[in-house]
Amino acid sequence: MSRRVVVTGLGATTPVGGDVATSWSALLAGKSGVRTLTEEWAATIPVTIAGRVAVDPSEVMERVEMRRLDRSEQFALIAAREAWNDAGSPDVDLDRLGVVIASGIGGVTTLLDQYDILKTKGARFVSPHTVPMLMPNGPAANVGLELKARAGVHTPVSACASGAEAIGYAMEMIRSNRAEIIVAGGVEAAVHALPMAAFASMKALSMRNDEPARASRPYDKDRDGFVLGEGGGMLVLEELEHAKARGARIYAELAGQGLTSDGYHIAAPDPDGSGVQRAIAFALRDAGLTTRDIVHLNAHATSTPVGDIAEANALRMALGTDVDHVLVSATKSMTGHLLGGAGAIESVFIVKALQERLAPPTINIDNMDPEITINVVRDKPQALPAGDIAALNDSFGFGGHNVVLAFRSY
Amino acid sequence: MALSQAEVLAGIKEIVEEVAGIPAASIEMEKNFTDDLDVDSLSMVEVVVAAEERFGVKIPDDQVSALATVGDAVNFIVKVSA
Repeated sequence: MSRRVVVTGLGATTPVGGDVATSWSALLAGKSGVRTLTEEWAATIPVTIAGRVAVDPSEVMERVEMRRLDRSEQFALIAAREAWNDAGSPDVDLDRLGVVIASGIGGVTTLLDQYDILKTKGARFVSPHTVPMLMPNGPAANVGLELKARAGVHTPVSACASGAEAIGYAMEMIRSNRAEIIVAGGVEAAVHALPMAAFASMKALSMRNDEPARASRPYDKDRDGFVLGEGGGMLVLEELEHAKARGARIYAELAGQGLTSDGYHIAAPDPDGSGVQRAIAFALRDAGLTTRDIVHLNAHATSTPVGDIAEANALRMALGTDVDHVLVSATKSMTGHLLGGAGAIESVFIVKALQERLAPPTINIDNMDPEITINVVRDKPQALPAGDIAALNDSFGFGGHNVVLAFRSY
Repeated sequence: MALSQAEVLAGIKEIVEEVAGIPAASIEMEKNFTDDLDVDSLSMVEVVVAAEERFGVKIPDDQVSALATVGDAVNFIVKVSA
């Protein structure tokens, strides 16, 4: 008999809130978390806006703990603690507990800060904590250590699809009976001069420095790039019978995933969208769903001129005329783009949407791009139908990675 | 000029509190870094480097393993500062 996977806990720290409840309320209210950066270095780069986390780790974490953790690891622990607590802090067989947490870039601020120390003070002053802080598996490893997880701790990396890929990987671990319960998600902490200068150099970032809250505008005619965000999201995934046996609250089912690669370009999305189309088809088939079951989709939609259209066209190809019944939300309009954290916080948002039957809005669409012909939720949340419903989460990454997760109401 | 034992101890207390989060009041000469203060090998490297910077002394790597207690470290630093 096949093993089904359900969501029994949620955690998040995002530019719009320090936890799931606050973040979700902010989304429903259409609040942007994007601000003008106040750091001195911001003046040295062309883009001076980003979505910093609404609640800095220093407000919720001990100083001594923080100084041994990269910011991405701090986000992972904060979100994982919330998710694990939300799941009831279950007493589980540690050999059957896993952790899968991704990031797109890893401990980049540690790497760069320590390099500054190497250059200015010398090798002896480079922190002995540098390697455990900069390694991309650091967030997963620290959460695994805290929970004493022994079924496996993993970190799939696929740029901006990493968070979604982590959640899909965790689902497969439970399905294949490697684990009963897994903390899965993604984080990113790359608000720093170098990554921002690098994304700006690719012309990937919005230059709307004078209007931070209006800069991330997926589907708007005048969108000009993404806004970098930071933070992370976590799900506690659990085998259905295991969750039922302990009386866990079940939010939703993670029913399937579809993964493809474009084979087209290192950074640009394939304009014909066939990779995305195939990923959606695979996700539906894996989940045992049809296009008619899908009522909501949290789009990748980062607010880039080419990417938003490519995805929208792929959705129409993949879902046919049923796409007209899918309420599409681009929550990056409020959170900015969390790179490896994006697929994770957006999975949290989908689970909340299914639970509360509300699709969050997409803000900043002053003039809808006429080339976008999908059913976008604008400005105010929209109700999702009663009964058995399903939703998709799109995540795509540089390198041509396409990951689509399928969630179903439970 | 040689440093006094009292001023080195005060400095070490501040460093260990900063690095390991141990309240300065609970740091005494006879406390063992590993067993009593939970200063692991990585954090001990930080303590040594911070102490070198603060007191202007060199603590060679091959001497660090001999510094089991706070007192060992304080006495070593007082000695080499002379």
